Amino acid sequence: MGRNTEILNQPTIMPEQMRVLEKLCNALAVSGNETEARRLVMDQIKPYVEEMRTDALGNLLAFQKKESRKTLRVMIAAHLDEVGFMLTSEEDREEGIYRFELVGGIDPRWLAGKPVQVGAEHAKGVIGCKAIHLTTAEERRNPFTVDGLRVDMGGGGKAKVGDWGTFATPFQKIGGSIRAKALDDRIGVATAIELLKYEYPDLDLLVAFTVQEEVGLRGAKVAAHALNPDLAIVLDCTPAYDLPLQIEDSFYPPENEKYNTRLGHGPAIYLSDRATISDPRLVAHFVQTAEKLGIPYQFRQAGGGGTDAGAIHLQRAGIPSISISVPGRYLHTPASLVRIADWENTLRLVYHSLQRLSADVLQTER
Amino acid sequence: MKTNHLSNLLKKLTSPPGLSGYEESIAQEVESLWKPLVDDLSRNRLGSVLGFRAGSAEAPRPRLMMVAHQDAIGLMVSGIKEGFLRLTEIGGVDQRILPGQLVQVHGKRTLPAVIVQPPSFLLPPEAQEGSVPLSYLWADTGLDEKEVRRWVQIGDPVSFSRNYLELGADYVCSPSLDNRASLCALTLCLQELQGRKHAWDLWAVASTQEEETLGGAATSAFQIQPHLAVVIDVTHASGPGSPSHKAYPLGKGITLGWGPTVHPRLYEAFKDLAEKLEIPYKMEAMPRYSGTDADRLQTIAEGIPTMVISLPLRYMHTPVEMVSKKDIQRAARLLAEFAATLDIDFMDKIQWDETPKS
Repeated sequence: MGRNTEILNQPTIMPEQMRVLEKLCNALAVSGNETEARRLVMDQIKPYVEEMRTDALGNLLAFQKKESRKTLRVMIAAHLDEVGFMLTSEEDREEGIYRFELVGGIDPRWLAGKPVQVGAEHAKGVIGCKAIHLTTAEERRNPFTVDGLRVDMGGGGKAKVGDWGTFATPFQKIGGSIRAKALDDRIGVATAIELLKYEYPDLDLLVAFTVQEEVGLRGAKVAAHALNPDLAIVLDCTPAYDLPLQIEDSFYPPENEKYNTRLGHGPAIYLSDRATISDPRLVAHFVQTAEKLGIPYQFRQAGGGGTDAGAIHLQRAGIPSISISVPGRYLHTPASLVRIADWENTLRLVYHSLQRLSADVLQTER
Repeated sequence: MKTNHLSNLLKKLTSPPGLSGYEESIAQEVESLWKPLVDDLSRNRLGSVLGFRAGSAEAPRPRLMMVAHQDAIGLMVSGIKEGFLRLTEIGGVDQRILPGQLVQVHGKRTLPAVIVQPPSFLLPPEAQEGSVPLSYLWADTGLDEKEVRRWVQIGDPVSFSRNYLELGADYVCSPSLDNRASLCALTLCLQELQGRKHAWDLWAVASTQEEETLGGAATSAFQIQPHLAVVIDVTHASGPGSPSHKAYPLGKGITLGWGPTVHPRLYEAFKDLAEKLEIPYKMEAMPRYSGTDADRLQTIAEGIPTMVISLPLRYMHTPVEMVSKKDIQRAARLLAEFAATLDIDFMDKIQWDETPKS
């Protein structure tokens, strides 16, 4: 990587940034119940914003400057909410056993035998399952279903129907990686917090910490309408399916070609997903920035999935949008995994892209 | 007995991984806990920990063996590919609980890892639907391939990450409560026996390899040649997923085994004692096997009259096993009272009916 004066003062992941991400990941903030994460963000950004407000749905909208002085209004979006579950019915009050339903896209095959936390006090419980001794080999081939599982709080009366819950996986730094729940999208939130600490010469930064992304991009829709930006940059966490292919058959390619993104290959720039085609002018701007500064980057393989950009780019008369993600393995499971270097390079790519961004970027036709 | 004391003890006993055959960590913990409680401490050739307390009657004295297995279920590294670890099981593990489990890989260094289910499109068609077999799951340490090869090799044990939780007033949740909860009861029994006289010689055994071969208890019994043996293990507690006719309520008492593994007169002695002490219990019907060390232990040498006491436990062989502290206290008390009040001529009392009385 080239060293020049621009790089010396660039954002870096230090223990301070790790502590913020740890707090954010350990917060319990399932779609519809983002209060805990929102409060953490408010505490963090208070010194760096002139104005912030929480809107009707719970989005936190933060403004570096009260009055818009510059021409280009840039929206940054990162979603506060995480996937999880809600207790929906009390089956045994004395034992503290509840039925639950999932919130957001969780494969039920990751649920059984995990510690969970429920409610504002993070009361501990577990999702247990039938003991192997009581099952048949055939039974074990059929996955557990949500209907067949229960949240077991072990008595104590610390939970109630309507409470939200998540896996109770503690944040842990492992070598050059981070293992935690909810990295999707607390790592985007942490990145947005960091971006608010810097000044940008030719733009106004409007940051939306959005709600209810995991249940249909609901927060981003109204946030984009309210902010009415010239363009939007969505910071998310996208799946890395970079695991070995386990099919030995000449019909299939010899290696995993559908990795979506790969850990250690830098920030993932979106070209298109199921919900959005990224604005090519913004794609070009990010790529040029990465090339100029020697920041590694990768294109997210076009295909499925979606980010808040899917809602944002369709607001009002249309908002040119792009998504940039930290690649993460095992998102929407008890323990997701990212590389710290990918996070740092994502932060730097977005930071430098903002530094170099002016109204000129939209002058060319797309 | 203070419940704080019990919690601390249980926390200590559930901390070491001690997978079957790789039990040094738990054996050392048992030895340090038992050292002040016994007259002599030794290791059996296969690794069981044997604690001896001399009786007060005149020698030669009869011998009572009380055994709880110390080993735990888990996994083992069976392959490494592109930095991902392939796993095989130690003891019985349901593949359906594995995706998302936090584990520790005990290599040259102990590395945290997570067990993961790959995306379907990376699996052969027969593994894409349903629960993904263990043979297709990976453990991811978060390290790159070079680092993984430096610290990990095939054969390294992999244990579930320790996570000790107290739930409500009485329940405890942790990996390896099968059978550390029973080991806790046995340790509390030895503590209760401090300062108490007992006519019989007592052998407390933390047996090895129950989850694989039942070999620890059996070989220890051959070595000790006990006149009576009591096995303390766990049984299924009622709760989500448990068929009600094969499970016992949590925190409502222990179970006393009944069936071919258990000597009927010994069962009666425990039943009478439990009733006298007002310790709640249920008879646990074991029509063929007990599923515990007792199954092999009863046929050692010329045969050993054997008893099985069990603690109800939810979600057996998962990392979220759940037991009741009260039940542990009950088992400890019953064991201690039985050991302390054993008559020197107890063996004469448990003759089969048709044996001519001399």
